[in-house]
Amino acid sequence: MPATNLLAMDMLRFATAGSVDDGKSTLIGRLLYDTKSIFEDQLESVERTSRDRGDDYTDLALLTDGLRAEREQGITIDVAYRYFATPRRKFVIADTPGHIQYTRNMVTGASTADLALVLVDARKGLLEQSRRHAFLVSLLRVPHLVLCVNKMDLVDYDRAVFEQVRAEFSAFATKLEVPDLSVIPVSALQGDNIVTRSENMPWYDGTSLLHHLENVHVASDRNLVDVRFPVQYVIRPQSKVHRDYRGYAGQVAGGVIKLGDEVMVLASGLTTTVTCIEVAGRPVKEAFPPMSVTLRLADDLDISRGDMICRPHNSPMAAQDLEATVCWMTDQPLKPGSIYIIKHTTRTARAHVRSLQYRLDVNTLHRDDHADELGLNEIGRISLRATQPLFCDEYRRNRSTGGFILVDEGTNRTVGAGMVIEAR
Amino acid sequence: MNTAFVDYRLSQLDALEAESIHIFREVAAECRRPALLFSGGKDSIVMLRLAEKAFAPARIPFPVMHIDTGHNFPEALQFRDRRVDELGVKLIVASVQASIDQGRSVEERGRRASRNRLQTRTLLDAVEKHGFEALFGGARRDEEKARAKERVFSFRDEFGQWDPKNQRPELWSLYNTRVHHGESIRVFPVSNWTELDVWHYIAAEQLEIPSIYFAHKRAVFERDGMLLADSEYANRGDDEPVFEETVRYRTVGDMSCTGAVASAASTLDEIIAEVAGSRITERGATRADDRASEAAMEDRKREGYF
Ligand SMILES: Nc1nc2c(ncn2[C@@H]2O[C@H](COP(=O)(O)OP(=O)(O)O)[C@@H](O)[C@H]2O)c(=O)[nH]1
Repeated sequence: MPATNLLAMDMLRFATAGSVDDGKSTLIGRLLYDTKSIFEDQLESVERTSRDRGDDYTDLALLTDGLRAEREQGITIDVAYRYFATPRRKFVIADTPGHIQYTRNMVTGASTADLALVLVDARKGLLEQSRRHAFLVSLLRVPHLVLCVNKMDLVDYDRAVFEQVRAEFSAFATKLEVPDLSVIPVSALQGDNIVTRSENMPWYDGTSLLHHLENVHVASDRNLVDVRFPVQYVIRPQSKVHRDYRGYAGQVAGGVIKLGDEVMVLASGLTTTVTCIEVAGRPVKEAFPPMSVTLRLADDLDISRGDMICRPHNSPMAAQDLEATVCWMTDQPLKPGSIYIIKHTTRTARAHVRSLQYRLDVNTLHRDDHADELGLNEIGRISLRATQPLFCDEYRRNRSTGGFILVDEGTNRTVGAGMVIEAR
Repeated sequence: MNTAFVDYRLSQLDALEAESIHIFREVAAECRRPALLFSGGKDSIVMLRLAEKAFAPARIPFPVMHIDTGHNFPEALQFRDRRVDELGVKLIVASVQASIDQGRSVEERGRRASRNRLQTRTLLDAVEKHGFEALFGGARRDEEKARAKERVFSFRDEFGQWDPKNQRPELWSLYNTRVHHGESIRVFPVSNWTELDVWHYIAAEQLEIPSIYFAHKRAVFERDGMLLADSEYANRGDDEPVFEETVRYRTVGDMSCTGAVASAASTLDEIIAEVAGSRITERGATRADDRASEAAMEDRKREGYF
């Protein structure tokens, strides 16, 4: 990769999901292998293991093998992150296991993904699990979804089989909100339609998977309209040279902030103008997500961590009462009446779960209105009341200002992931 | 860096930098007593630069800690002291030799003895002594398979142990930094960087690095297919003849177990070209400690290693 290309190169984060044995590890191994992201020592170790087990071919799935417990039990326990690059892009894969008990891992992987890749086995067609994966992708608002119909080699590269799966999936996807769906017939094992178009499927007129990953446009997926800047840290050097310096550091969560912009600061509601935008002490003209910058303002207002900088006529809701979808992530069930710590942008408060509206069956999308708790890996809609106002947007408008986590006060564990539906 | 912000796209290095800076600031805002682990190696040099950027123009608001095995490359030590001076940060040195002298650790024996594993005890003692609640480390997920599954905020119990099956889910960029008294967190701001990203960043930022990363002539000997420096710490046997080779280092660790690679790369551009074309992971090529077993790193992490 020549250094000159670097500035043109951007980053795509994608999450993968598939049921056990659909070929997810093989597909990832194939992408890594074909983009020459695999090192000889890794390959040797995989070849050795394959040989020792008596496999006929090198099992690329072994490349993504992780912890000892996983090797012993032959399963994937946790989200693993993997990296590869082409001259166009750097890719970060959140490789999430597909078993039913690991919904929480998929939610975790999808929360930061620009794109989700869901695999199905062409012979089996759409399974209950595939539907669940697609649902979670839409719930987490991953902007792009790619369905890979894998193992096409085992169905003689038959177009009819592919069209059947595609039709079934598209029908299901219309029930969800999936902004951008692509369906690609592949063989992870043979490499068909992975890096280059397959000659075995002349009837397919789309692009290869890698070509799609390299070209899908993601910059505009972020909210560039509503300025949101959660104040993370106040920089005050208190040195002779920078005696009066006061900078508000944080990561832009929405909108484009420009020099000279009039801004409003929440909670106070006071307005001022942006006099300086800095990246590492160096001035820049504008800031947009996900840049980490420092803002300096014309007036000396009392601003601290947890405050939110926005535009005077476009502010987030300052809400104590939230309606949210939560995914529960711990054994101890969520029950109405409980109190948790809520972390939302840079603000932390306590939150009281006032009620559980319903529990959602992630396979059928059926709502159970009589549920009285949410167990591990279950998803439902709750009403929360926070001890302080939270400056939030609907999750569908902005993933950064609409998402929050719940933490158990006793154990300090992260127990839930929430997405704001409505706030008051 | 000087990215032109065409259509509001960030280059991948800018995106990585933004993420790392966010992590540094989050810890500084939420954790009591953070510290940055600094070895003088390239990853910790990048870390120090990111920390500098995160809080500029203020000073880095936490100390830097070096776990000193006593088996360092002298070049790395000199470099460490100079950088720390320039930045005006406080340096804490925790010495493995002192742990051995106090009977807290026992020196390994035999030819392959190294102090790598002993660092854990010294580290945990230092964490306790200084009451550090969060330690920044420069580990990357592309380095090794146990690390591929480790969170950015890696929670450790009061014994410093990592429990891979019991990690906190990490959603969006919301990090749960809460710990009970006595527990701590290891934070890895460059988790998502690859070896090549680190080199590109060093080049883009024109960061100075210790001379041993560039090709130089050195007296080495071969062990387990690696080139080790002939030093007083190497326990070289008579069957391991010394020869001179033009080499460079891909990682800077303990002299006793960090291997050099034969290389003529003497500029950053040449190093980048070499790394981009390299077909061997940096740990596979140069770290005897990871070669010991398939799960070597996982085991050390469970015991409280970085
Ligand atoms: N024939 C064929 N077999 C495949 C293909 N992809 C994966 N497999 C095989 O399916 C099995 C399960 O694959 P693996 O990647 O381990 O599935 P995972 O559980 O989804 O990670 C392995 O035996 C693979 O070799 C494919 O495209 N064609």
